[in-house]
Amino acid sequence: MPRRIVIGIRGVGHRVIDSVWRLGYATRFFSLILLKSGTSISRFSLIIRELYFTGVLTMIIILVSGLFVGMVLGLQGYETLQKYGAETAVGTLVALSLVRELGPVVAALLFASRAGSAITAEIGLMKATEQLDAMGMMAVDPIARVVAPRFWAGVISMPLLAAMFSAMGIFGGYLVAVVLIGVDEGSFWSQMQSVVDFRFDIVNGIIKTCVFGVAITAIAVFEGYDAQPTAEGVSGATTRTVVTSALVILGLDFVLTSFMFRGVG
Amino acid sequence: MQRATMDLWVGLFVLAGIGALLILALKVGNLGTYSEEKSYTLVGNFENIGGLKIRAPVKSAGVVVGRVMDIQFSTKTFDAAVTMNIDNRYQFPKDTFASILTSGLLGEQYVGLAAGGDDGVLKSGDKIMKTNSALVLEDMIGQFLFDKASEDDGDDSSKF
Amino acid sequence: MTTKALVEIKDLNFSYDERAILKGINMTMPRGKVIAIMGGSGCGKTTLLRLIGGTVTPSSGYVKVDNQVVHKLGRNELFSLRRKMSMLFQFGALFTDLSVFDNVAFQMREHTDLPESVIRDLVYMKLHAVGLRGAHNLMPGELSGGMARRVALARSIALDPMLIMYDEPFAGLDPISLSVIGNLIRRLTEALGMTSVLVTHDVHESLKIVDYVYFISEGVIAAHGTPSEVRESVSPFVHQFVHSEVDGPVPFHYPAEKYATDLNLEKGLA
Repeated sequence: MPRRIVIGIRGVGHRVIDSVWRLGYATRFFSLILLKSGTSISRFSLIIRELYFTGVLTMIIILVSGLFVGMVLGLQGYETLQKYGAETAVGTLVALSLVRELGPVVAALLFASRAGSAITAEIGLMKATEQLDAMGMMAVDPIARVVAPRFWAGVISMPLLAAMFSAMGIFGGYLVAVVLIGVDEGSFWSQMQSVVDFRFDIVNGIIKTCVFGVAITAIAVFEGYDAQPTAEGVSGATTRTVVTSALVILGLDFVLTSFMFRGVG
Repeated sequence: MQRATMDLWVGLFVLAGIGALLILALKVGNLGTYSEEKSYTLVGNFENIGGLKIRAPVKSAGVVVGRVMDIQFSTKTFDAAVTMNIDNRYQFPKDTFASILTSGLLGEQYVGLAAGGDDGVLKSGDKIMKTNSALVLEDMIGQFLFDKASEDDGDDSSKF
Repeated sequence: MTTKALVEIKDLNFSYDERAILKGINMTMPRGKVIAIMGGSGCGKTTLLRLIGGTVTPSSGYVKVDNQVVHKLGRNELFSLRRKMSMLFQFGALFTDLSVFDNVAFQMREHTDLPESVIRDLVYMKLHAVGLRGAHNLMPGELSGGMARRVALARSIALDPMLIMYDEPFAGLDPISLSVIGNLIRRLTEALGMTSVLVTHDVHESLKIVDYVYFISEGVIAAHGTPSEVRESVSPFVHQFVHSEVDGPVPFHYPAEKYATDLNLEKGLA
């Protein structure tokens, strides 16, 4: 029995050291991406191409999800607020929930699942079919040519997508509350406008999204680049991207929220 | 996928994103309705600020004229010094009353300014001399019980 | 004074995780020749190519290409050396998001300032040399294995390199494509005055087209010589390899317990 425990502990220690090593490797990789971003900027068409595959193709799911989330918020919010006679506050409820939390977090999770996993799969597959090696042998740096454009495309797309999510969500809330249920339109908007503060709520939400964008895309490109060049390797890397991104998003969300919204109330 | 089509879609995407940001900023938030730059400062001392918070509105006749910027405890006068930013458009006379009021029954607290009749106006950095503290629930209940007790006493003092 | 040999490998040792993969390798590859490196799977042939290309560094010894020690070069010098080298990967490694034309034009666009009209002509010429000029609009996913490898070959000669390395160029091809590729390797090497290094275990095809052969077994050079010398070699390893014998220096049975023990016959246990 004790022997099993010793082996178990050794295994845990091994895993921890491996993770720390990997984290160091990932950080070095990240700094390489930043250093080699010169090509991405001078050949902007590379980023535009990646923006299409990362941002434009994620737009549909973001818009639809945002609409539904907003509608549910409107519905649930109305149900509860109605009991206190405060149903005109449903606009405020929907707007604040979306702009502060749900917009950044849910949009980030969707982005990680769709765009993040696609990026990982693409880079991993290029590694498995030796395309990255071939590029290296042709004296073209794969990090500059393949990885960096995808990274910047992700960082740019994320805030835009999150804003679209929140905007659609508020529209969804409006549809349910005002059009369907019949809450007063004027109160809906005016209460919202008087409570939602640009600097405090919206800008903080945008900062959150930018941080999430950097984190998700960095994880996605790293897992792709580091994947084992086999079928299982690539699929494992894709799964890891989604799972790690989700955990990092939720963790960062807590950290950022506690920094940003500490002074309220 | 043709380059031109791709560029078009990416352009639309970026426009949509920026548009969403603008909608959020202008229509949903209060960017369009409140600008902080052109304002001046007024200070008021209150015995009890109750539940007043920083960023609470300052209203006069129910219209928002400013925001509470800072609340500090003054060790000189042992009361609360509330610093407010008032919009430049609104000037108040020197004998303005500042009270801490509650919006609605359970709503948030705000500073209400009631203008007096003085000719001179308050300038930036001036202190509002007349203030009314917030109503504290315990004091109100205590007062009510006391009033009630003295009412009863007055009626039934002969009983004892 | 440029020596006759384009690639010189001296006392090369390479280990990975304390496992010695290459021990004491010495090779010379003269210019303008086709040289084959043969051996069983996993004997270190591909590692040798990577050492020549500078993607890995030797544990000791050196590789000299065009009189430059590869692993001592700085990043910029390594990159300019790599522009004169090419590698044909095992399954082509074409960029799947670019068309055949764009794949071949890739290096020209990245490393030269040639105008598009000149690039167009060059790409067509390279594709014509491998017989695939008509396929220039196809995407890599639409090509057969043999065609993909030919396009990759066209891509490798895009900048007229002085050295091309082929990693298993014959693997997985049908008989016609085998012949085509072998033919192309020989003709292009002579036409462009390049040096070609083939890593392969297809004895039949390669002996038809190469000038010199090196055999690697367990990390060392087991034998080397011209094709005719190799065919008549009496060295047991070469003999087994060339004549495709089932058992010999490379054993049939993976090391194991005695057969009788595994079947529980010896100890009398049923």
